[in-house]
Amino acid sequence: MSEVVLNIRTMADYLAKGEMPEYLFWVGCAGSFDDRQKKVTRAFCEILQKAEISYAILGTEESCTGDPARRTGNEFLFQMQAMSNIEVLNMYQVKKIVTACPHCFNTLKNEYPSLGGTYEVIHHTELLAQLLKEGKIEISEEREEIAFHDSCYLGRGNGIYEAPREIIAELQKDLKELKSCRTKGLCCGAGGAQVFKEPEPGAVDIQVKRTEEIIESGVKKVAIACPFCMVMIQDGLNKTGHDKDIQVVDLAELVQKAMK
Amino acid sequence: MTYFFQFLFIALLASMSYLIAMRFKGIIATIRLSQPVYLSDQPAERWKRVFLLAFGQKKMFQKPFVGLMHFLIYIGFILINAEILEIILDGILGTHRLFAPFLGSLYPLLLNFFELLAAGVFLACLVFFARRGIFKVQRLQSENHSELKGFPIRDAYTILIVECVLMAALWTMNATDAVLQSRGVEHFQAVGSFIISENLIPFLDSYSTDALFLIERIAWWFHIAGILGFALYVTYSKHLHIFFAFPAAYYSSLKSSAYIPSLDSVTHEVKLMLGQPASGEAAPTNLRFGAKDVMDLNWKNLLDAYSCTECGRCTDQCPANQTGRSLSPRKIMMDTRDRLEEVSVILSKNKGQFVDDGQSLLDKISGEELRACTTCQACVEACPMELSPLNIILELRRYQIMEMSDAPAAWNSMFSNIETNQAPWKFNPSDRMNWAKS
Repeated sequence: MSEVVLNIRTMADYLAKGEMPEYLFWVGCAGSFDDRQKKVTRAFCEILQKAEISYAILGTEESCTGDPARRTGNEFLFQMQAMSNIEVLNMYQVKKIVTACPHCFNTLKNEYPSLGGTYEVIHHTELLAQLLKEGKIEISEEREEIAFHDSCYLGRGNGIYEAPREIIAELQKDLKELKSCRTKGLCCGAGGAQVFKEPEPGAVDIQVKRTEEIIESGVKKVAIACPFCMVMIQDGLNKTGHDKDIQVVDLAELVQKAMK
Repeated sequence: MTYFFQFLFIALLASMSYLIAMRFKGIIATIRLSQPVYLSDQPAERWKRVFLLAFGQKKMFQKPFVGLMHFLIYIGFILINAEILEIILDGILGTHRLFAPFLGSLYPLLLNFFELLAAGVFLACLVFFARRGIFKVQRLQSENHSELKGFPIRDAYTILIVECVLMAALWTMNATDAVLQSRGVEHFQAVGSFIISENLIPFLDSYSTDALFLIERIAWWFHIAGILGFALYVTYSKHLHIFFAFPAAYYSSLKSSAYIPSLDSVTHEVKLMLGQPASGEAAPTNLRFGAKDVMDLNWKNLLDAYSCTECGRCTDQCPANQTGRSLSPRKIMMDTRDRLEEVSVILSKNKGQFVDDGQSLLDKISGEELRACTTCQACVEACPMELSPLNIILELRRYQIMEMSDAPAAWNSMFSNIETNQAPWKFNPSDRMNWAKS
């Protein structure tokens, strides 16, 4: 699909030329390895390139932030990951980090400082909203109704409720709020490392319950801003047989598609 | 005779005050067994929270009708309690309506106001009765939530009944008083009748002065003994939040609800392993990683457990609970408090020393419950007092994983993938940039 040739540079590339990018784009494990999420990663890079934002990635020097380990209770593994990541980030004198994963975002922003890693960390929805507002991205309008699913680590965890909604408004799309939204947003079921194991015994999968609200809302498209919500909501749609009529997209993909 | 009643009153007041003080002393001693956590930074912000969350009940008003009803009880209790001062002084000095001569025309005005507040309390209690018993609000039913079976449900109804009865005693006292005044009985100074209780006068008017005198005294004693007894009962009840909501709000977390603090003892070990200087962190004093029992939690976790009033907003919002999983954040709070009460008994039996009874908090909370949490923070967000069941869950999980090695196989694979492949899945780390290839 993507015809654009991406010019991706690593921090090491920049350092070799004695240059410093404005942002480090923290791709995250899902963004690097998950086939669906890789499309989101590429979409976001395409936007950054078009908007002429200077950024770099860590490439193979990037490693899991440790979030899933910490949330299961494996503090040892978390801190091992955190400290070696902080060593790399500090070596490159990273100042600003942008990431498309709310879990990486929360860990880098809130949990690395006490271990010696203090950076200005923003989520990709914040940067996208800002670029759209500043007119750095030209868009072609296509009116459609779209729902937005709040991610726990973006909303409740970090108070980011407006940026995703601003993106939808800037793209001139009609936002359909789900029954459980904002502070009352219903979890997709992935957090707390749930996505890495079978769910505990229960009546219904959390992602199915969440998806039912999306189906009830009557939208044909639901926007998300988290790779794990992407996995779970898609799974919920598959399980309820609505994978053909409801599409799940990351907000970066929505922007990329509207981009002239 | 008056001296006898004065003596009786002073004895009652002193013994109840002693019992209540001992209870608080016991609760505080139990909380003190816990781990330290520094929560005294930014006092201005913390006081703001006390005013918004505790005094202002900001989050209660997210459900406006329930918020208003709760506010009526709260404001009624705080302001009517101003009258307790007069009642106590009357009891000690053997006087009657001690403040009336000093306050003059303000006195009836105040009492009318108190009676209206009492009506608010009464009304709100009836509404709460109806919500529990008639409209069957889901989160308050023990049929749906096993943690409420037995004492918790009885406790909830007891509180509502006691509050209604206390208000009724207040009105009866004032109504009989008004009739006795109108009959010019000595001792009953003319302060008039009051807005609510005057409606009871027709029912009382036919009684003899002696009978009314007796009713007035019984209502007076019942009211004050009821209040003192209730204050003691509250320390055993979910109603303890009327005291603890204030410190709980002051010490509530100013950080993101998604933030998990670092375990310093682990930092020490990890730094040694990575060959980094570990002098900044004190060597671990507590050799237990995570929490097995209440004393492994920090004092704010324990204050939270004592402050919880079991309203169930957390459980109502919990995605795991909504989908039929065994986790209920409210149960986590109640189990923690139940264990604290057991520990408190051990302390009082052993001169303030904790003696291992072979039990722990993990005997009450199962691994399945802990593993069901998605750490979505809906429970913390839902709590009107910003209490955190999540922090307790996470500390117990640390013990479960690091000390008991009790993880599902899929999690163990995820751990080893992170260790060896730098990602939670088994991909080759050198393929990490493959997405960038066009």
